Amino acid sequence: MVEKDMQKMENVSATERVRNVKTFVPRVDIFENKDSLFLVADMPGVDEKTVDIELEKNVLTINGRVENGRIKDATMMYSEYEIGDYERVFTLSDEIDRDKIVATVRNGVLRLELPKAEKVKPKKIAIKAA
Amino acid sequence: MFNPSLWRFRRYSNAMPELLNLQREMNRLFSSVGQKSPEDYPAINILEKDGAAVVTAELPGIDPEKIDVSVSGEILTIAGSTLQETFAQGETYLRQERGLGNFKRNIQLPFQVNSQAVEARYEKGILMITLPRIKENLPKKIKIK
Repeated sequence: MVEKDMQKMENVSATERVRNVKTFVPRVDIFENKDSLFLVADMPGVDEKTVDIELEKNVLTINGRVENGRIKDATMMYSEYEIGDYERVFTLSDEIDRDKIVATVRNGVLRLELPKAEKVKPKKIAIKAA
Repeated sequence: MFNPSLWRFRRYSNAMPELLNLQREMNRLFSSVGQKSPEDYPAINILEKDGAAVVTAELPGIDPEKIDVSVSGEILTIAGSTLQETFAQGETYLRQERGLGNFKRNIQLPFQVNSQAVEARYEKGILMITLPRIKENLPKKIKIK
């Protein structure tokens, strides 16, 4: 149904995987303040041990693996969502200071803080009387 | 002309809820294409394990104190609110895809549950509720002589 599409989109362009599970696109919120960019991704079933973040040149890839997605010895009676891994790729601009990227995972949500490089922050220019 | 369908109706007299369900689905299909209807969040899976129903829902990033799980007879209710990002001055959203707001969902279970023995766990953003059946209602094997 339409609702299912809204909830989890399958990632058809995900990299080839060895694992035999489907890959979905995690929903993200992106917001910024004057110091950093924040990226918050919903990846239920993922904890800090099963998330992979890679930054290669300008390309940021976030990968979440769901281990133990299936409950053992249980039969499915009614299913509205599928269980699978997550992957999403972003292109970063040069504004980000790569060495200071901070990532935390809590309750299945990955939160990335991407600090802006010094030279890009808005600077106040002092006006001297001439 | 009408006879075969009437006959079928009488045979499967509990087709009515299915028809109503179909009607509801059709309404949903035509009315709010692309919108999530409020009764649908969160998506749930219902499994059966050892005579108990296990309901799982994906609820990432929710404060477990803010999730309300209650059981009454055959109906399980899950309600709560998603964490709101507090924005200081000068913060703006560049992209907003995750759900925000309150949710409440009633789920009809196929059997009565023992509300004292219900357990709920919230791990890695997945809420898992185990609802054991009332023992007296378990199907009894009847020997055929």
